[in-house]
Amino acid sequence: MPSSVTDLDLQDRPVRTERALDTGVQRIPVPRVDIEAKSVSKQFGATPIFEDVSFRLVRGEAAALVGANGTGKSTLLRCMMGLVPVSSGQVTLLGHDTVKARQAELRTLRARIGMVSQKHNLVPRLSVLSNVLHGLLGRHAGPRHWSHSLAPEASRHAAMAALDKVGLAHLAMRRADRLSGGQQQRVAIARAIVGQPEILIADEPTASLDPAAGEDVMELFFQLAREDTVTVVFISHNIEHALRYGDRVLGLADGRLQLDATAASLKAPDLRGLYD
Amino acid sequence: MTDMTNRTPARMERVSALGFLGYALGLALMLWCLAGAGFSLDKVVSAPPRFADFVSRAFPPNLEPQVLSRLGWKMVETLQIAVAGAVIGVILSLPVALLAGRGLIAGPWVNQVVRMVLGFLRAVPDIAWALVFVVAVGLGPFAGMLAIVVDTIGFCGRFFADDMESVDKGPAESLTATGARRIDVVACATIPAAMPAFVSTSLYALEKAVRSSTILGLVGAGGIGIELKVGFDLFDYPTAFTVILMIAVVVIGIEQLSGWARTKIIGDQR
Repeated sequence: MPSSVTDLDLQDRPVRTERALDTGVQRIPVPRVDIEAKSVSKQFGATPIFEDVSFRLVRGEAAALVGANGTGKSTLLRCMMGLVPVSSGQVTLLGHDTVKARQAELRTLRARIGMVSQKHNLVPRLSVLSNVLHGLLGRHAGPRHWSHSLAPEASRHAAMAALDKVGLAHLAMRRADRLSGGQQQRVAIARAIVGQPEILIADEPTASLDPAAGEDVMELFFQLAREDTVTVVFISHNIEHALRYGDRVLGLADGRLQLDATAASLKAPDLRGLYD
Repeated sequence: MTDMTNRTPARMERVSALGFLGYALGLALMLWCLAGAGFSLDKVVSAPPRFADFVSRAFPPNLEPQVLSRLGWKMVETLQIAVAGAVIGVILSLPVALLAGRGLIAGPWVNQVVRMVLGFLRAVPDIAWALVFVVAVGLGPFAGMLAIVVDTIGFCGRFFADDMESVDKGPAESLTATGARRIDVVACATIPAAMPAFVSTSLYALEKAVRSSTILGLVGAGGIGIELKVGFDLFDYPTAFTVILMIAVVVIGIEQLSGWARTKIIGDQR
């Protein structure tokens, strides 16, 4: 099996393209590279977290990032988003270099990306609807998106549609902290998808959930991601999830990217070595 | 089985020479402070009879209707000074706290400068601010209200900033990841998360303002304090005693009300 998804693998998937190669026989669509990391290294003070991490993901691809605790998976995701500066290397998201980007450019770029964290990170005292509306702040800055009572009608509809997709439209006016853990994570997913992102990043979205709720959340997350052909990077300690939901598996160990392979080419024991 | 008695630590650690020196210095410092404060055992022993003499001359308190009416209106004025000053102070504290809070909307230099200014506002006692405002705007309750405003900004500005710095950073990071601007992140994640602490701090500021406003009259800044001063100056101890009792009743009442409001507003919203 190839070590990464090839152009031909993606021909039967609804991939948006920016250009096409003229092969002389027929035009083969070339999938757009949404995420590219080149020799990315990160250290906190004198402590290296990871070094020389390189990979690229094309539109619609889902990559599972796996590895033991402390290998820097979450830090890598934060570096990709520009939330934490890289020590060296280059990260390109949707064609933009996040390392060199200024704050305003980063904000514009982040508005095209959805992120779901380990902990749902909702604002507990606000309504579910307000929390989902906050997912639009990158596109619509200002007080009108601070609360559901101030938001424009179009944004309220978008937020309700996102809530409908995660099956929680009926709880729109409930306070976020009155929901169960699984429901809160669904709201976090609604907040991530309300802006119709081109990339979804999830940092162990099921870590705080029981197995059944975790399965529901993963199923929902990938159903929504695939509906819109979104590129996904997700961290999971659940090997079964990594192999089932990921097209690719990226494994971090000993501060390096030790594994970059298609999920189809791997079996669970292949990943267990990363945790030794 | 191991012999535990051999490994059980001693109840008291032996004090090192440096530790002993520290204790000795602490004791010397305390004795020096007592000397500076004019501590006198003779005065402590002779005080109870004098206090009893004051109580005998002050008791019963003056409960004549016209006195109670006059003092009652002065107490209402005291509460007006306290409430107006505390509310304006709390409102003005929020933008100041946003500038003082580290990692919110302003850079470290601005944080540092604003925190120093807040430290200065707190360092000067409210009675001194009242004297300054009596000079600036003249005698009367307005000077007292301004003193309460400044004192409340110094207090709430600092604590609001600390409250916002200590909230869970997760929601703020998630909103930052959506591309939200700093001000939007603070408005949508930080302030709502800090709101219970804001309410608690504001109610405490109100209690503090009521206590302060009762003595601002001593320097001519309005309120019931002037009645206390006049009572003592004229040796009218029964009226002065009435003032003290009224202050105690009102301050305790405000504290009870504030505790009830704190429970009602944030108790079931945590």
